[in-house]
Amino acid sequence: MGILDSARRTMALGASAAGPLAPYELAAWPIAATPLDVLHEKALAARRLTPARPCSDEVYLRRVFIDLLGTLPKPDEVNAFAQDKRSDRRARLVDALLTRPEFADYWAMRWGDTLRIKAEFPINLWPNAVQAYHRWVRDQVESNRPFDQVVTELLTANGSNFRVAPANFYRAIQTRDANGIAEAVALTWMGTRLDKWPAAKRTDLARFFSRLIFKKTEEWKEEIVCLDPTIVEPLDVTYPDGKSERIAAGADPRRAFAAWLTAPTNPYFARSLANRMWAWLFGRGIVHETDDIRPDNPPALPEVLSYLEAELVKARFDLRALIKIIVGSRCYQQSAIAQSTAPGAEALFAAYPVRRLDAEVLCDALLAITGQTDSYSSQVPEPFTWMPENQRAVALGDGSITSSFLEMFGRPPRDTGLDSERNNQPTDSQRLYMLNSGDLQRRLESSPQLRSLGLTSRGNRATMVRGLYVLILSRQPTDAELAAAGRYAGAPFQAGLDMAWALLNTKEFLYRH
Amino acid sequence: MSRYSSEMDRREAIAAMLASAAGLGLLCQGAVEAQAPVVKPAAGAKAKAVIQIWLWGGSCHIDTFDPKPEAGRDYAGPLTSPIATKTDGLRISELMPLLAPLSDKYSVIRSMTHGVNSHETASYLVQTGRRSGDRLVYPCMGAVVSLLRGYDAGYRGMIPPYVVLTKPQGRFSESGFLGPKYKPFATGGDPAAKRFAVEGVISEQITDDRQKLRRDLLHGLDSLGAAMPGNDQFAKLDQTEKAAYDLILGDGAKLFDLNQEKDDLRERYGRTTFGQSCLMARRLVESGVPYVTVNYGGWDTHKQHFETMRRKLPELDKGLSTLITDLSDRGLLDSTIVWCGGEFGRTPKIGWEAPWNGGRSHWGSVFSALVAGGGFKGGHVVGSSDARGEQVKDRPVSPQDLIGTMYQLLGIDPDSPMPNPRGLDIKLMPAAEGGGRVTELI
Repeated sequence: MGILDSARRTMALGASAAGPLAPYELAAWPIAATPLDVLHEKALAARRLTPARPCSDEVYLRRVFIDLLGTLPKPDEVNAFAQDKRSDRRARLVDALLTRPEFADYWAMRWGDTLRIKAEFPINLWPNAVQAYHRWVRDQVESNRPFDQVVTELLTANGSNFRVAPANFYRAIQTRDANGIAEAVALTWMGTRLDKWPAAKRTDLARFFSRLIFKKTEEWKEEIVCLDPTIVEPLDVTYPDGKSERIAAGADPRRAFAAWLTAPTNPYFARSLANRMWAWLFGRGIVHETDDIRPDNPPALPEVLSYLEAELVKARFDLRALIKIIVGSRCYQQSAIAQSTAPGAEALFAAYPVRRLDAEVLCDALLAITGQTDSYSSQVPEPFTWMPENQRAVALGDGSITSSFLEMFGRPPRDTGLDSERNNQPTDSQRLYMLNSGDLQRRLESSPQLRSLGLTSRGNRATMVRGLYVLILSRQPTDAELAAAGRYAGAPFQAGLDMAWALLNTKEFLYRH
Repeated sequence: MSRYSSEMDRREAIAAMLASAAGLGLLCQGAVEAQAPVVKPAAGAKAKAVIQIWLWGGSCHIDTFDPKPEAGRDYAGPLTSPIATKTDGLRISELMPLLAPLSDKYSVIRSMTHGVNSHETASYLVQTGRRSGDRLVYPCMGAVVSLLRGYDAGYRGMIPPYVVLTKPQGRFSESGFLGPKYKPFATGGDPAAKRFAVEGVISEQITDDRQKLRRDLLHGLDSLGAAMPGNDQFAKLDQTEKAAYDLILGDGAKLFDLNQEKDDLRERYGRTTFGQSCLMARRLVESGVPYVTVNYGGWDTHKQHFETMRRKLPELDKGLSTLITDLSDRGLLDSTIVWCGGEFGRTPKIGWEAPWNGGRSHWGSVFSALVAGGGFKGGHVVGSSDARGEQVKDRPVSPQDLIGTMYQLLGIDPDSPMPNPRGLDIKLMPAAEGGGRVTELI
């Protein structure tokens, strides 16, 4: 494998192992080191690990599009960024992306996984509540509301799950009892698993939710989430940090808990949130897994996590500000090609970790490349869920609305809210689908986009190959790649399809890198 | 009974659309490392494989294996002359004349029960042996067999160990917390078509030569992969690619070629999707695949029930009887369990009024299942329903007990631990309260 690969590498890329590898890497950093980088580089140096080289602009463009928007850049966006020679082009790009509607779609999808937004088994929100809840969550992302306020509203909401969207936080849990609710609260907002806590502390946490009731209404699957009005005694509670308090009769114990949780000094909230944001950008938390924070599962980069935590509090839980800190760092802008292959280098983020595209992102990317749409529908007949013709998988609000493609590529079922529900590991069936399915072949053959690319290149192989590279890999081909593609036999149209097929099956396309 | 009742046509249409729109089903291998427990071989291991014929939608017990002509027209409808079989106390629908003389090879459980009347939760219960509502989503029997008799357990076949013909059911009969590695491989395509185009394996348009040229092109353009030799993530993808090409260019494709079977045998199975699926199931089991599900839809007959029975029962009769005979002729029946049944039965009292006009709804209180081979005794009837087929009269059998019995026949101790993500102490298949394994049949 080694000899063949290095031969191939030299042939295709024309680079020596010593220097930066075009088109993926740069020789020098186009950005200054940030405080985060100082901490990160110190941690790597202490373990004698070399960070990866700076990623190229082409790589950065594709990376932030996928990580922030869940989409590929369009060809004109690729070309426009290639023209941008300003020194702060990367930061400007991020600023622009964070205000795009696709950002709200994609990050609402991530929150939808965590909050288990789906109509049917085993969560059973029903379409009315799914639509209200998903729209509300997306609005919070879009308006970049301070996240302590978002969580406080989720934890303290009362009312009908169809009308008061955040009340669905409590409905989207498989059980209705206080223990189950406490488990979900700890998992979602403290990043910790209650079943690993001592029994007494578990019971303490559950008490905050012990007065919650779910009242049925005449409407199918509508429920009113509220406090039990028949209980009039005060409630003695103990917080997870050991502090005790008597909550007066008539006061909402959930409000007391939310105030404790979102306080700037709280040891769980900012930490788990910063860790989660990091994981959504890197595919792995500084504490891994993100929902299993506990004393005997320490962070891989403790100083970096503490720094992010402090910045998040300082920014008053402005998540976009935190995202900018992360994606504006050299740490995030490293190439995926590791310089240190020592065990553990990966967990210390000594390179940008490659991972397969999310099921929804891959689904949308294939459709965008071929210029087609997929149709989705809810299995719940009533209330009818209308889906637009050009519905993107990333923007699906309901985890129960799915397709065999999304299932095959590991879209999370949204049963438990665990991060591990999303499975981005490759399987044989995925590979069979990409390599040889009639479905993908038909899409390629009937693609208006590929057809028009074939027409505009007028039989000029190099023009067509360049077009395919920008469309599929969001970059220009190297000379070696142009030459390799030029040698491929076959009639122009069929050769074009085979080349599109080949690029779609490259690791560069299938993975974030 | 649910707002679904009248909507099943639409739901089935949607399911069919989803299956065809995105093609390939959901298979296995390569992903979550579920730590396969050491399974103590239980006494009496007889079966090596299971063919599950899933009567999707819920077939009517009264119109198949538990006829009630004495209950009158409101219960039996027009099907008033059941056929006697060789088995004492067993008569079956007049629309299944081929199965009747074979009754020494199979047994019928007439007292299956769980009391759940919605498709999703009942399917989940019958295929996983668990009631829904737990925070865990359990794997179905096929996924468990795929874990314990598949690649982790020494299976070396090229075909994935758990195959579904042809459309997957989705999450209600799936790998649950075991993860996608143990999902079934759904073939897609139609085995009754001229060429059975197994999605991903057999391509209509691409010749083997073009496959190879394309593969070379892909390797020539895989620049990032070449730049990162030794990357773990990429190595996993390379493994799946190798497995995929072994199937595409190797002998895997031949196994799915039903034209290699004799014409008269294909006729006997019936040239229908169901009949040819049964034949394909036999070929798969013959090649060593331990679990095959034939998803046979169209049994959710809220309307036009008897018209549908007159069409479907002869098809079922042909496919199932030929499958049992064919397995038996090849000496495979002794090591292959055939399990035929759906998620529930159907309402005994016929809905004559509009809009049903002679239809039957969902009925989880009592229903029937047929089992044959793999150590199951033939020629028996287990349990009974009451005079109108409304409740269990005698010897209730729960899905848990039937699944547990099949595990036992497969040499899998149902009391061994079920690996799960939360590390909980749970058994593979605990016996249902008050029930027990179907010991009468083993």
